Amino acid sequence: MSKKDIKLEAQALNAYYGDFHALKNINIAMEEKNVTAFIGPSGCGKSTFLRTFNRMNDYIDGFRVEGQILLDGNNIYQKDVQVDELRKQVGMVFQKPNPFPKSIFENVVYGLKIQGIKNKAVLAEAAEKSLRQAALWDEVKDNLNKSALALSGGQQQRLCIARALAISPTVLLMDEPASALDPISTAKIEELIYELKNHYTIVIVTHNMQQAGRVSDQTAFFYMGELVEYAKTKTMFTSPKDNRTQNYITGRFG
Amino acid sequence: MTNSEKNRLKDKAFQVFGIFCTFIGLVVLAIFLFDIVIEGVKRIDWDFLTSLPSRRASRAGILTAWVGTLWILVLTTLIAFPLGVAAGVYLEEYGKKNRLSSFLEINIANLAGVPSIIYGLLGLEIFVRQMRLGGSLLAGALTLSLLILPIIIVTTREAIKSVPRSIRDGSFALGASKWQTVWFQVLPASFGGILTGIILALSRAVGEAAPLIVIGALAYVPFTPSSPMDEFTVLPIQIFNWTSRPQEAFLNNAAAAIIVLLIITFMLNGIAVYLRNRQQRKIKW
Repeated sequence: MSKKDIKLEAQALNAYYGDFHALKNINIAMEEKNVTAFIGPSGCGKSTFLRTFNRMNDYIDGFRVEGQILLDGNNIYQKDVQVDELRKQVGMVFQKPNPFPKSIFENVVYGLKIQGIKNKAVLAEAAEKSLRQAALWDEVKDNLNKSALALSGGQQQRLCIARALAISPTVLLMDEPASALDPISTAKIEELIYELKNHYTIVIVTHNMQQAGRVSDQTAFFYMGELVEYAKTKTMFTSPKDNRTQNYITGRFG
Repeated sequence: MTNSEKNRLKDKAFQVFGIFCTFIGLVVLAIFLFDIVIEGVKRIDWDFLTSLPSRRASRAGILTAWVGTLWILVLTTLIAFPLGVAAGVYLEEYGKKNRLSSFLEINIANLAGVPSIIYGLLGLEIFVRQMRLGGSLLAGALTLSLLILPIIIVTTREAIKSVPRSIRDGSFALGASKWQTVWFQVLPASFGGILTGIILALSRAVGEAAPLIVIGALAYVPFTPSSPMDEFTVLPIQIFNWTSRPQEAFLNNAAAAIIVLLIITFMLNGIAVYLRNRQQRKIKW
């Protein structure tokens, strides 16, 4: 590993849905301002794992976690941690674009408004900055009051990214962010990830091997709730150590 | 006849049967409306709407009745709307799925089917006697609120349920609390549906006579109520009173009052339909 700081870390993490053991003793450390891809067949636990970093699994009945998730060295599952504070630091983009049924502007500033920020100039500035960062500004700057639902799927997803960036997180979680998009929109999202990693630590779940190869610095392969292999993406794709990894990335199962 | 010919014939036969069934209800309603309009329309004029009740049919009006109905409508809305929506939100968003919540759910569903006169008896005991409200507008509105609460709760829950999980996730992921998510996302997105349910519930309440008679609303009130503590009458009670009289002229009065009541109900339903359509155009998930 390089000399960069460790941003996110899981230590002896186990997760359960009721009796189902979804994540088995996961240990992983992710560096700051890096892109880490989680790959693996459906149901392997990669999305579940991604959602432990902003505690989105908390709402699921019967879900529980053992072990630790460290953000900047602090355990986010500690009792005194407020999830809303955590989520200001750890943003998330979902598989299917999920803009709110409001205007483009209202979507971007929602995270700030719920923090109590009302100053119009501040909100407008934050909206422009985030939309520029998400490479959407030029397409929507004249229509900020238009409904977000009128945008194309790719634009909606970039809006969701802008929305996540507006509250200035340090980590961005992306759960198959391009799987519902056409190839051109997908390419735009990938370019964007490449830009964003200069400022954010990014964790992306993907089913697309080429995508993992293109955008990520590190790749983690999950299988049946276990972290099978974790290495530099180039290393993993050229010389995987584990047989299961090799079989998966060469398309023999999954 | 071949099998496929038989099948086509059956298909046709069922289609005709279906059309017949559809029209039965409509035809009966049309005949009823026609009858009422013929009988009552000549009685409706400005005087009829602005006169107090009277022993003489030709001088009797429905001023106190429709003013009472409006009072009841407004008061019932003020009481039932916040209670019903809050209960619906709690059950759908906050309530944990356990035995208590399924017990509550079953009971609320059952309450929607309880005959309205039972609510009248409940209102008589609690509001009129225990709370000493007497046969006042407030007691009537509280009773009708009980009657329509289950409907509002159920429709609120249905409306809230139609808001996709992904919207809530999006809000939570930005650091919103449950309350903020409900207030800024779920309720605005489901408001059309909630409003539709409330209006339909109100149009039911407006047509109720039985529970109000039980709590002591009067047919003859010689003044228009000016506060929630006043005695009152409503259109259905006035209609009930007039139809039970032998004179032909009072039956005409009843028909005229029915037309007014129907107009109020249709207007409420029309607003509900309008709101629902507007909501459907605005938000497509």
